This record gives sequence, structure tokens and C-alpha cells, in this order.
Amino acid sequence: MKNKITNIFKGGFGQLTIPIVAICMLVIFNLFRDPSFFSVGITHNNDGNIVLAGNLISIINAASELAVLAMGMTLVTAACAGQDISVGAAAAIAGSAFVKVLKSGPEITGFSVILAFIIACCVAMIFGAFNGTLVSVFNIQPMIATLILFTCGRSIAYWINGGASVPVDSPIIKAIGSFIPGIPVPTPVLIVIVVAIIFKLVFHFTSLELFTQSVGINGSASRLNGINATFIRLLTFVILGVCVAVAGIIGVSRLGLINHETLLLDVEMDAILAVAIGGNNLGGGKFKISGSIIGAYVIHMLTVTLYAMKVPSTDVKAYKAIVIVILVVIGSPVIKSKFTKFMTQMKNRKQEVAMKGN
Amino acid sequence: MQEQEHSLLEMRHINKLFPGVKALSDVDFTLRKGEVHALMGENGAGKSTLIKVLTGVYQNDGGEISVDGVKINIRSPQDAQNNGISTVYQEITLCPNLTVAENMFIGREDSFLVAHKNYEKRADKILGELGIPARSTQILGSCSLAVQQMVAIARAVDMKCKVLILDEPTSSLDDKEVKVLFDLMRDLKGRGVGIIFVTHFLEQVYEICDRITVLRNGELVGEYLTEELPQVQLVAKMIGKDLDELSSFEGVEEKHFDDSDIFYEASSLSSSDALPFDFAIHKGEVNGFTGLLGSGRSESVRAIFGADKINGGTVKIKGEPVKITKPIDAMKHGIGYLAEDRKRDGIIADLSVRENIILALQVMKGFFRPISRSEAESFADEYIKVLNIKTASRETPIGSLSGGNQQKVILARWLLTHPDYLILDEPTRGIDVGTKLEIQKLVLKLAEDGVSVTFISSEIEEMLRTCSRLIVMRDRHVVGELKGADLNQTQVMKTIAGGEAANEE
Repeated sequence: MKNKITNIFKGGFGQLTIPIVAICMLVIFNLFRDPSFFSVGITHNNDGNIVLAGNLISIINAASELAVLAMGMTLVTAACAGQDISVGAAAAIAGSAFVKVLKSGPEITGFSVILAFIIACCVAMIFGAFNGTLVSVFNIQPMIATLILFTCGRSIAYWINGGASVPVDSPIIKAIGSFIPGIPVPTPVLIVIVVAIIFKLVFHFTSLELFTQSVGINGSASRLNGINATFIRLLTFVILGVCVAVAGIIGVSRLGLINHETLLLDVEMDAILAVAIGGNNLGGGKFKISGSIIGAYVIHMLTVTLYAMKVPSTDVKAYKAIVIVILVVIGSPVIKSKFTKFMTQMKNRKQEVAMKGN
Repeated sequence: MQEQEHSLLEMRHINKLFPGVKALSDVDFTLRKGEVHALMGENGAGKSTLIKVLTGVYQNDGGEISVDGVKINIRSPQDAQNNGISTVYQEITLCPNLTVAENMFIGREDSFLVAHKNYEKRADKILGELGIPARSTQILGSCSLAVQQMVAIARAVDMKCKVLILDEPTSSLDDKEVKVLFDLMRDLKGRGVGIIFVTHFLEQVYEICDRITVLRNGELVGEYLTEELPQVQLVAKMIGKDLDELSSFEGVEEKHFDDSDIFYEASSLSSSDALPFDFAIHKGEVNGFTGLLGSGRSESVRAIFGADKINGGTVKIKGEPVKITKPIDAMKHGIGYLAEDRKRDGIIADLSVRENIILALQVMKGFFRPISRSEAESFADEYIKVLNIKTASRETPIGSLSGGNQQKVILARWLLTHPDYLILDEPTRGIDVGTKLEIQKLVLKLAEDGVSVTFISSEIEEMLRTCSRLIVMRDRHVVGELKGADLNQTQVMKTIAGGEAANEE
């Protein structure tokens, strides 16, 4: 235990150093700027529930879809050394399918929501398998392969509900999108926790983590050790499909309607960014899901901070880009090695001083 | 005479620290004008580190370097080049899709306007002078590996190098090419260039080198004149122990096998890369496939393991017909395969020693039955101890181990699956004498325990020591099978060269 702590002080979060430092910097900056930024209050919402409110809650809440997608994206990145840029479009399809099933029954019950969830998952998994087949069987670069669904995904979503922005009004959907009565924490946040736990369990009860990393680092050697690399790559895309469905359903439930044009628009780039900020190598190989989750929160905290500073919404993206450039450069191998060198030099100097002192 | 003794390069009290390891401690190295100086040592002895300090890849943590008596600081590979130190690495670091001339002048153009004609003229002149059989306008990739290496040397020579470092230059060359390379080295020697030669081939050291510096565990053992240090002594100095072990290593006793003991049997097995061949191995037998590089020996064993696409043939294991079309099939039938190219087909570089060791067993156990962390740790610890793997810890990424230790980890991976039949394709390539010996011993011990082993090596001597039967291949065909009294160097050479004679006898 003591070892662990000293390691952390040596700058030894390993891969997680950058995302943790980033989030700490954002927190400190905000504390200086406005000490009340992080105050969490308890209020009554429109439905009369007691709920938590405040900037921190809205950051964590708003980042939920991104966090779920980033988890799936991490796996695809690790196994395929490339990213899926169709997640936003696929989420629109999954969301549309979800709404279609809900609307096809006479009324929305708990059972019909579960059925709709399962069907939306299946649809997203099928599209994930489509992407995965192009990548793993036909060896097409992931970005090119998923460009197809990126281009046509929202049109497919349009066909499912005939182009209308169908509203879904039901207490159950509201509970998914905002709060479950009696629980003060936003439901999307709970969903992120559940998904993260499921990932953890999957890693514990299967060899997914080891095999994914092996395939991503050295496909040829993995094959000669009996790993079916094609299957593993396909599997990561199918798992991402489930994440896409979950994210799409959170998005739909939040708004209480499906808008196939704007649902999770531009989320794919944020998801890739979250993976990168999380210290994961976009070239595949070793990965940490936790890094990507923190990455997702970093992105949203940054956005909310900028809005809180009254930056016009048209300028937010530009400022975001500046911060992200800094983060990515700090995390680059060049800066990392310079830093390690600096640390060892400091250490040597300290030793010398100690020696002289003796 | 004085002029000749004048030292060209002096490295004094060189220290290099890595986190947790002292890679070099107080090492001295002296290179004189016009000499070929071998740098010897086992893997992990510090050869590569010393070379990298000299070429500016690493920076020394202590000590000094001087060239021609002038103290210099080497902070980058560029610095090294400016001081007349050039390196030609084992893997060719030139661009195969550019021409020979472009490769010779790339990165050191005089101006932005590249004067192709001018460069080609200069390149042809140097190539002619050095007797390198290449034209300046030829695409580098169309030359043989040996010629590519020579072009790299020519590039170094043209940069007015005083010190030329050749790091394992001969490991992918055949005998003829090695001879041409040596002629070139002698020529350079005559011009006063000092050459540092790193190799694993002892014979080559004795053929070309004037002096030998031996390192062990990051420390200097000594510098010797080649004629004053017999080969046996050199090996003793490298591994740091007496050669009793080496000499006590007896040849294989002859074993007799019944046909009922056949473990694996293939008839007219063929794959996308291997022509149909018949093959059988008994329980507890060690056999070898031999032949020149490209003779089809690796392709044949890959077909046994299902590593390439299988085109036809029947396979029986313990008399039962089975289908092996992919590696996992072979593994499930108790076959393990250590691939020829360790970097490409063996190690998972970024994963830890522990993860690399359990990989094959995990695959066999299946996706839904992961090996627990504590179980994996005890497996890793066990094999690190049994095979004497030198690693900082079981969590160290395998990529940062030395070649010999990486190979031991891959061996551990297969031993952990407790195979009935283990195929080892060049397990000893590019690794030091001590580890080679350990691996040979291990093979014989496995056979004693009833494991069948197929052993492939480029060093015939090594195969003769371990195998009780040799299958000889030439031009992708099996041209002979040697055993008993036929197992000697001459007979093997004869069969490789002209198989018909051996077959007819």
C-alpha cells in the first residue's frame, strides 16, 4: 500500500497521469475562478422529487452518453488500431428503433421499454457487426469502413420513423432520461456506473482484455497462439454496438423525442478524443477503460467551464481546441520522455547532495 | 608502428543506468586505426547499450569518449555522425523503394535542389571503388540483403566515417555473401577505418577480427588479441564459467522407436506455402528439419501446426485421424509451435512477461475461463525460476528484455501448455551461447519426459547434438532422411548440396 502511494507521488499513475492531471487542473482553475462552481445543492424538480443540482452534477450527467460510447470505443481502438466514426449515426438508428417499438404498442409499459431496449441493442449490434466485418474480414481501415455508416446512418434512422420527430411521453422514459423518483442522482449517471461495472465483470470473467490487447499489439503472433483475431475484432465492434444503443436510448429519453438529425451529433469525434485523453494509444494495444471515462468527463467539464465563463457558444469549440492541443502535446511521447529524464536528473542531484552532506 | 598503435576511439569509465538496472558500469573500450574489433558478450551483457551510447541513441551517465584524442560529447545520432561514427544495423534502415544513390545521399543533400545526376555519378564512383555489385540507379529493394547492407556501408564510408559499427551484419546473409562483406571490411581496414564488429558467430570473429573485447553483466571482462584467445576460452569468458558443462554435453544416444509409438503422422500434407510431404514423429523423439534458408523447412513445420492455409493431406495423432487447419486445432491436440521470427510471430511486446507466459494456455482454456491473476502470477514466477529468465519483474513488458530472455518467455508459454509435441523453429537464433546451451539441454530433457520435439536450427552442429533424426530439405522438397551413423556434418552437407546421392545409398 505504502509502495503504491509513493509510486503515485513519483508521477506513477502510468497511463492515467494525463487525464487525472487534466481533471485536477480544471477543478483547481474553477475553484479559483468561482469557488461556488462546484457547490451541489438539493432542490425539488418539476415532478416534485428531491434531486441533486449544480454544475458538477450537470457535467457528470451530460457526459453520460459520451462516457458509455468512449468505453466501447476504447475496445475497438485497442483491437483494430482504428476508430469507429459512425457511432453518432448508429445511435440515431438505435434511438429510432427504440422509439418505433415503443410507439407500435398501445401504451408504454415497463415490459415494452425492456423489449424496445433489447431490439434497439440488437439493431445496433447488427450495424456494429457490419462495421466489424468490413474491418476484420475485409481488412478495411476502420475509419474508411465506418465512413459508410457515418454517411448513411441518419438516413436509415429517417426511414424507421418516417422522418417525423416522434415524441415519447411516459413516466418511465422520463425516469431514464432524468431522475427515478426517490433517487437524487440522475439516472444516466447510474447507467454509466452500471455499464462500467458490466465491463469490469466481463474483463474478470472472460479473457477479453488479454485477447484484445494481444490482437492489437501483434496480430500475427496472436493468430499463431490460437487467438481468432478476426472474431475478437468483430466482437469489439458488436460490444461497441451495445454501447451505442445505450447511449442512443439515454439521448432519446433525455429529450423525450427522437430527432434523427441531431441526436448525438458530432459525438464520434468527442468519443475518440475521450479515448485519446484517457492515455490510450490510438494505434491499438494496451488500454484502460477508466482513462476513457475520465477523458469523457474532462471534455464535458471543459465545455461547461467555458460556458460558465460566458464564452459565446460559437467560440467554445475554438477554446476547447486550444486546451485539447495542450493536453495531447503533454501526453505525447516526446514530452513524456523529456519529463522522465528531468525527473531522473533531479533524483540524481538529490542523491549527490545527500552524499555531499554525509 | 607508432602510427598504427595510435588509438582512434577511446571510451573510458562509461556508466549507463536504467531504472533499476546498471546496464554498463565502468566500461573501457579502445579502438585503434585500421583494426577490426569484435565486441562480444551474451545477450544483456551490455553490447547494445555500449553501441547506443557511442552512437548517441543513449547518453552515458558517466565517463568520457574521445575520438583522435579529442574529447567529445555525443548527444544525438547526428553528433555521432559529425564525429565520424557510423553504424550499420542488423535490420536495414534504408528505404527499399528509393534508388541506391538516393539512399546514399538521403538526409545529407547539399541544397534543396537535389542534383540527381551528380549524386548518381558520385554513388557509382564509391560503389566501384568498394567493389559493390550495384548500380546507383537501381531500386534498393531489388538488391539482395547483402548488397543492401553494403550500400549502407558505402553511405557510411562516403560520410568520411572513422569508426564503423557493424551490428550483427551477417545474421541474415549466406556464406558467400558473408565472404564478400568480409572482403569489403578488409578493404576499409586498409583505408584506416576502425571497425567495431558485433556478432554471435564465433567463427566469423576468428576469421576477421584483430582484437576482442568481452563484456559480461555490464562489466568489462577484458580486451584480447584474437590469436592469443582460443575459442573455448572466449566462450568461457563470455558466460563466466568453466567449460566443463560445454564439454560434458554429449551427443544424443541412439534410441529405438516402435511404430506403435508414433505420436504424429502426416501423409502428403501440403499448405499454401509447403509442397506435399510425409512426416512422422515418435513419442519422446527429437527430430530436425534442415536445409538452407528458403528450402521449405519452416514452411513444412508451419503446415504441421496449421499456421498457413492447409491445402491437403491427412494427419493422424496417436493413430487417430484428425483435422488440423488452424493453430488452435493443433494446440488442442497437444502441439506447440515456437515461431522462427520472434519479433513478428512470438512476443506481444507491450504486454508483461506474465501475460506473455499465460497467453497460449489461456487460449486453450477458452475465452470464458480466464486464468486468475494469482494463478497467472504463480505460473509466471515458476517459469521465470525454472528457465532462469532475467527480468526485473514478472510485470516488465517483454519487449524490454534481451533477445535470449524473450525467447525463454516464449518457451515458457509453450511449456506451460504441457504439449505432447513441441516444434521449435530456430529457438537459438540471435541468442547467446549460454542460453543456447540451456535450450538444447531443455530439449533433451523434454524428450526424456516423453515429449516429441522437432528442432530447427541454421547451425548444423547444434542439430547434430540434439536430434536423433534429420530430415533434409532442398528447393521445398524432402531430399533425405539421416539417422544413426549418417548423422555427421559431412553427410548432412552432402545431402543438402546434392540429395540424390544420399537417397540412393
